[in-house]
Amino acid sequence: MIDVRVVVEPFDAGAEIDRLARAGVGGIASFIGIVRGDGGLTSLTLDHYPAMTQKALQVLAETAVARWELSAITLIHRVGMMVPGDRIVFVATASAHRAAALESCAFLIDRLKTEAPFWKRETFADGRAAWVEAREADEAAATRWT
Amino acid sequence: MVTILYFAWVRDAVGVAEEQIALPDGVATVAGLADWLALLHPVFADRARLRVAVDQVMARFETDISGATEIAFFPPVTGG
Repeated sequence: MIDVRVVVEPFDAGAEIDRLARAGVGGIASFIGIVRGDGGLTSLTLDHYPAMTQKALQVLAETAVARWELSAITLIHRVGMMVPGDRIVFVATASAHRAAALESCAFLIDRLKTEAPFWKRETFADGRAAWVEAREADEAAATRWT
Repeated sequence: MVTILYFAWVRDAVGVAEEQIALPDGVATVAGLADWLALLHPVFADRARLRVAVDQVMARFETDISGATEIAFFPPVTGG
């Protein structure tokens, strides 16, 4: 029921939701992160800590299962190079009840942003490239679940 | 020997992704290791900007590293 994947290739969000729906649940909540093209961004490269990433995501999913009544979780995070419009991350939670699905979905994306070992590097049209700095707002969003 | 890993701009600053070191005598915590690494790598001078994992679990600077085999230093994470 917990399906965690770290992948290079794009994912099919519709197919993932269909797969969860086949489990026969009351509702599914989902979040999809998409690369923004702000400020002339031409590409985004996701670096990660391969030996740790899958485990960290699995721990997050298990924490959600312990806290909410869920029948399934799918958590997919892409790594490597992406361009504006590409989908980076997919979180979906299935439950008999909407509150559990919606809250756990928000919990997973909030905590993923502060606890899973991924780093973004941005490249811009003028040739600049820079690592993305962590945002305090993300830290605040993650702490509301403690 | 302990494997030290670096990611993102910490790796850029250090110049390598990985190194093997013998923990010096008296180094028992992440903080002690960071102090020792600061002699080799200036990026360790500003510890507030660094995060750490010990044996692939998020850790803190006061975490005990006796028996650890893999310690990673990196910036605050920015996935999602």
